[in-house]
Amino acid sequence: MNALDRLGKKRRKVSENQDIEDRLGKLIIEVGEKNTNLESNLEGLASVLEGDLGTFRAKVLRILTECAIKIPEKCTIYSTLVGLLNSKNYNFGGEFVEHMVRNLKDNLKSCNWNSARYCLRFLADLVNCHVISANSLLALFDNLLDAVKEEGVPMVRKDWYAYAVLSCLPWVGRELYEKKEHELNMLLTTIEVYLNKRSKKHLAVLRVWATDNPHPQEEYLECLWAQINKLRQDNWTENHILRPYLAFDSILCEALQHNIPAIIPPPHHPSYKYPMPWVVFRMFDYTDCPEVSLGPILPGAHAIERYLIEEHLHQIIELYHYERKECSQQLMNFPYKLNIPLEYCVIEVIFAELLSLPSPRYIEIFYSSLLLELCKLKPYSIPQVLAQATEMFFFRLENMNVACFDRLVTWFSYHLSNFKFSFAWDDWEASVKFHPEHPQPKFIREVLLKTMRLSYHQRICDMVPKSYASLLPEKPEVNYKYNIENSNIIEGVQYAQTLTTAIRQKNSDEQIINILKDISNPLLMEASGDVEPRFNPLQISVFVQTLLFLGAKSFTHSFVAINRYYEVLKWLAESEEAQLCVLRSIFELWRTHQQMLVVLIDKLLKNQILDCSSVANWIFSKEMSSEFTKLYIWEILCLTINKMSKHVNRLTKELSEMREKVGHTTGSSDSEDEEPQVKSEEKVTEEMVERMEEKLESAQGDQKNLFLIIFQRFIMILSEHLVRCDTDGISHDNYWYKWTIGRLQQVFLAHHDQVQKYSSTLETLLFTQDLDPHILEVFHQFLSLRG
Amino acid sequence: MFLNNSGSPSVELSSYRDQHFKGSRAEQEKLLKQSTTLYVGNLSFYTTEEQIYELFSKCGDIKRIIMGLDKYKKTPCGFCFLEYYTRADAENSMRYVNGTRLDDRIIRIDWDAGFVEGRQFGRGKTGGQVRDEYRADFDAGRGGYGKLMQQKLGPSEIGGGFPR
Repeated sequence: MNALDRLGKKRRKVSENQDIEDRLGKLIIEVGEKNTNLESNLEGLASVLEGDLGTFRAKVLRILTECAIKIPEKCTIYSTLVGLLNSKNYNFGGEFVEHMVRNLKDNLKSCNWNSARYCLRFLADLVNCHVISANSLLALFDNLLDAVKEEGVPMVRKDWYAYAVLSCLPWVGRELYEKKEHELNMLLTTIEVYLNKRSKKHLAVLRVWATDNPHPQEEYLECLWAQINKLRQDNWTENHILRPYLAFDSILCEALQHNIPAIIPPPHHPSYKYPMPWVVFRMFDYTDCPEVSLGPILPGAHAIERYLIEEHLHQIIELYHYERKECSQQLMNFPYKLNIPLEYCVIEVIFAELLSLPSPRYIEIFYSSLLLELCKLKPYSIPQVLAQATEMFFFRLENMNVACFDRLVTWFSYHLSNFKFSFAWDDWEASVKFHPEHPQPKFIREVLLKTMRLSYHQRICDMVPKSYASLLPEKPEVNYKYNIENSNIIEGVQYAQTLTTAIRQKNSDEQIINILKDISNPLLMEASGDVEPRFNPLQISVFVQTLLFLGAKSFTHSFVAINRYYEVLKWLAESEEAQLCVLRSIFELWRTHQQMLVVLIDKLLKNQILDCSSVANWIFSKEMSSEFTKLYIWEILCLTINKMSKHVNRLTKELSEMREKVGHTTGSSDSEDEEPQVKSEEKVTEEMVERMEEKLESAQGDQKNLFLIIFQRFIMILSEHLVRCDTDGISHDNYWYKWTIGRLQQVFLAHHDQVQKYSSTLETLLFTQDLDPHILEVFHQFLSLRG
Repeated sequence: MFLNNSGSPSVELSSYRDQHFKGSRAEQEKLLKQSTTLYVGNLSFYTTEEQIYELFSKCGDIKRIIMGLDKYKKTPCGFCFLEYYTRADAENSMRYVNGTRLDDRIIRIDWDAGFVEGRQFGRGKTGGQVRDEYRADFDAGRGGYGKLMQQKLGPSEIGGGFPR
């Protein structure tokens, strides 16, 4: 046989091995998926794998570990498999345990919290399969719980370790109770002591509803603790989890157990980011679901089943969130669907994610499209429950967090747009007469505005009953005051006519500027003596309004206009006062077309004609106070802050990439005659890195300044309000106050990652002890998020 | 890694390839796989840029929208190109907006190799999209019957649609 033949043979052998490996992998991944006899499947698979442990040991080890971590809902299936393998091959069992423990360590070190928790749970379940001794599991739990006794570390770190251990107990609680009741109780006491000590300040800022009526909004650890305690009261009897290992008990209890190698929590490092706490979202209890006799009951809030079902549904969403059709099918095929009112559970879990604070796990439109898919999949059940949910949301708007209010407006209007906007509007008729700032009429008004963006004004007017007239949006129209008919009333009409002609004739920037220079400055009349006004408001108003009026036909027309005369706009908008004037002009022109305002301001920020700080100051200005509580204003502020954050993030990324490249540059930068030794692209020099560092520093300065402006303005208007109410002897807690303090909370929460960096500055300069406690409280709640 | 979600079906390329593309099939496919531009079809003639903006902004920042126009009338003829700044945003559209409704119509989204001047015009003989030349159904949002049908049926059956 020559070399080529040998190579061919080897290649064939390799590809044969590859085939077997792939088939093994497939078998393992798919076990338990078809509704066939699970026990005989597991038995069969265990035999097959045992035979292959010789050649494919490493591969089997790896696949099993991956499945255990990445398909957590099949934990007990895989633990049974490992149990069976361990009973046939003690060494393999030992290797697997070591492998899993190493995975746990690695996940803890790299802050992969979910994976770490699934690892830990799997190890716990292995006690049920007699692979690991109860003693060593308890020792592991004790070591991990040492973290809750640490000092000087973030609370969220301690929280995670407590949560990780607690969330194993539904699986292994019974076994530990039977074998090691005393140690189990000690463990629980350690956790209880910690839970009593810890601060729950963050609860206020992370809850969707401010009230616990009708459903308590519980802090997640508190909730799980209550559920575990109830389980304990029931002697750890738990009927939800599928436990295939029970059928194999006679085989498994003959097996020898392993001890877990000792591990300790990796010490805290400032770079570690722990999961944020959350509030358990509850919108349904068993009274909301159809009559008991007609269907399965929804488990109570403190039943462990509720926790297990929710976690499982969230996991399905996590696994399939890229494919909405598949996701909806998997959700409705939930393995325990016969035992629960599935539609209610699914809808509650979806809204839990959509309304999650500070922000949803995935992009909002995913949840909207998932709900649409579910309506298609189950047209006789889902839409009814969704309608019930919508009604519940509407009648509980008064206590709802402002950010959640926004998201519901967005969701509901988009949902309606997929169903010809048909809805039982009459049901909500009573709210039309409420105070206009009451959340219910406000919700309707904002929904109508959003649905109008997706359709057109007349359509919206036609779709609601006549009684809704006061809530209808104004017809979005351009309002150009420099019409020839107004030449006697409005100053500047003549200039506007000249400019119109000039722009239509495609005059150059210079020519336009020359026309503008002729416009007299009304500020000069008022100014005293030699003070040269820094800008000319008439110039700005006439040009901006005329230009944008000529581009009024569509967004693209306006963008083209802005791009065409970018230089002129830049020349006009040099100072902050000038930029405020630009904003005022745009607002005057497009006041009734909120979407246009948002889009134009976004564009002007993007090409840097406007600074973020100007937009922030404009929003808080006296002229805008009538618009202040409208949603589009916060849309604008949010996009402004986001632009700044994106800018800073981009520069940060570029800088770290540059720093890496500098490390790889082989050429010295001393001699200028040397050929660059780094191939193609850019040769990154120390000088370039320095310049980027300066750029980043400057951008961060701008960002800090933006937050300072925003928070300072909030403090000013809120303080003013509180003082005035105090003086007048009336309650400060009116609708305006509720919306405004809610918006302040929202800014902290939505951008907490960025705001974090400037916490100490904010504390020193703005949120000082002498501030009104109502305002200071919001700041402290924000601090508690990462405390 | 065994288990991952990459190459998920909703963001895969369809079987459509632009016949007028200047370059090889392989080049076109390469561009499609990196593209941040989408083709949006089955729009009503009356769907506005504003409506398109509102819907697609939900997936990310829009770089630009180019309305598809009748070659002769220069009026919208039921499609558009939509460009995002990032591929991820475009993928979100494919995943979550494709097959849902805009302006009461189910819209279809597909990858596009990139806008080139001239591609904003319909390629049908009478100026609109090719599909509107041959279709036999009555579609009020797309000029009524297909162009060939309209010729057969005569002037009384032409038209449809509701200008606002």
